[in-house]
Amino acid sequence: MEKILQCENLTKIYTSGLIRTKSVVAVKNVTFDMEKGEIVALVGQSGSGKTTVAKMILRLIEPTSGQIIFNGENAFSYDKCEYYRRIQAIVQDPYSAYNPFYKVDRVLEEVFTLYKNGFSPEKRREIIHSTLMRIGINPEEILGRYPHQLSGGQLQRFLIARPLMIKSELVVADEATSMLDASTRAGILNLLLSLKEKEKISVLFITHDIAQAQYISDRALIMQNGEVIEQGPSERVFLHPEQSYTRELFDSVPQLQKKWEF
Amino acid sequence: MAEHLLEIEDLKGYYRGIFGVIRAVDGVSLVVDSGEVMGLAGESGCGKSTLAQLCSGSPNPLLHYESGKILVDGYDIYKTDPEVFRTEVKARHMSYIPQASMDSLNPVKRIRDFIMDVMTERSGERPSKQEIFKMAGDHLEELGLERWIIDRYPHELSGGMKQRVVIGISTLCHPKLLMIDEPTSALDVTTQKLVIKSLADLKKTEIIESMLFISHDITVLGQLCDRCAVMYGGKIVEVGSMDNILENSLHPYTQALISSVVSYNPKRMGKGGLKSIPGAPPDLRDPPPACRFHPRCEYAMDICKTDEPPLKAVKNGSEVACWLYYR
Repeated sequence: MEKILQCENLTKIYTSGLIRTKSVVAVKNVTFDMEKGEIVALVGQSGSGKTTVAKMILRLIEPTSGQIIFNGENAFSYDKCEYYRRIQAIVQDPYSAYNPFYKVDRVLEEVFTLYKNGFSPEKRREIIHSTLMRIGINPEEILGRYPHQLSGGQLQRFLIARPLMIKSELVVADEATSMLDASTRAGILNLLLSLKEKEKISVLFITHDIAQAQYISDRALIMQNGEVIEQGPSERVFLHPEQSYTRELFDSVPQLQKKWEF
Repeated sequence: MAEHLLEIEDLKGYYRGIFGVIRAVDGVSLVVDSGEVMGLAGESGCGKSTLAQLCSGSPNPLLHYESGKILVDGYDIYKTDPEVFRTEVKARHMSYIPQASMDSLNPVKRIRDFIMDVMTERSGERPSKQEIFKMAGDHLEELGLERWIIDRYPHELSGGMKQRVVIGISTLCHPKLLMIDEPTSALDVTTQKLVIKSLADLKKTEIIESMLFISHDITVLGQLCDRCAVMYGGKIVEVGSMDNILENSLHPYTQALISSVVSYNPKRMGKGGLKSIPGAPPDLRDPPPACRFHPRCEYAMDICKTDEPPLKAVKNGSEVACWLYYR
């Protein structure tokens, strides 16, 4: 298996103030790698630095130290357009990912600006239609509508078309399903699983929900206070956690089968 | 004393505005008995928060009470004199904690001064400081918080603490019924467990008698509730004991909802077992006729499109509104 992403000793320190500088260590020495066609879950409570890791991988902020190797080369050495052709993000809130004044098509059309010489309008149309069919959306039903006319689940599903259209290799899904209802959430999770099977897309699935991470991931990383404290194959991490923090965390997850004693 | 602490009969509450009329709660009947914790489950937009708002007696401006009856401990809340309702019924007989209420603490006041204001409003006179602070301190201690918290400002507290302080403040007068809307949806799992434990303690120490607990997360409801009602499209589709809902649910919507829930299992990895419900929730401006679930239901029959199923008791003790179980 080839490695698609390697993070080596990633550290991010946020500083604020000019004279009396305050600094917050958001991410400390995070090292992990991802293989092609693998779903890796990054699990942690709020404030544990999950999103900071995602932002660094997406080149939205620069790491204070450490490096990100994407397909054998430093992530920051890529041309921006090329980088975003190969890495795409799905964010938590599908409603704010769209501009309410434009039709939803625009979100997909804009992906083509990542190509310098572009495609002809017919070709674009064809790519959009075939991709939407592939993820179970009827293009006639959705294209030409405005964001407020669609439900959160539909909008999120629609956003997943973006990485598919340009054949991205890595999708960073930052809390992509936390805002959705249980019934639509299951659909999105299954869609991500099927994309992994069929298209060999790798997914970095960032979540605070342990149940979702267990359901979807091949490998899991548990973060606490900016550090990865446990990582390994999902089966090992979720069924036989080694660290006491992980065990404590899993104990507080409500389960369908078991009731807590108070 | 009424045996039923909360009795809702054929309640209708609509949102009216330039967008038209949204039938958010459309003919709901529900009973919460003394001493039980009732859960209210459903997807977003199914009307569960609207129902609680109507029961609180102070619905938001666009929400209109249309018809039906709500009895809280014997008081018909839309027929009681507002002044009596405000001073007598609220806080003493029932208390409502809306969604995101942990942001309702006054940021420029210490918790103790906020409590002072609340108690002044409730009792109509300014009570003695020492007495109130001691009482509030004791009360928060019962919820598992430290006594010094009452000297803090809200920004010094974490989300879970704020939520528990809010729960504490709203139960200061020992209301019989506590209605609480999504208390844990913005919290981490570990703090969520603490908040749920506080709620269980409130019940155990008999500060409150019964609770109406609203959540979209059925795994959380399962930890706390004795009975559970499932709402869909402004109506209740199934009411039954929590175990029945989780294990032997009857209504196709409840079954679909349960099979779409991702739950952590420390013993076994499950892959691909989840099913999502096809289609989208109904637009309540123009809900589907008869059974509101029929466009998405895999068992839909002809009668489902023409006649509305009543909520009827079936043999395992649950009440179900579905034509599959009686005809």
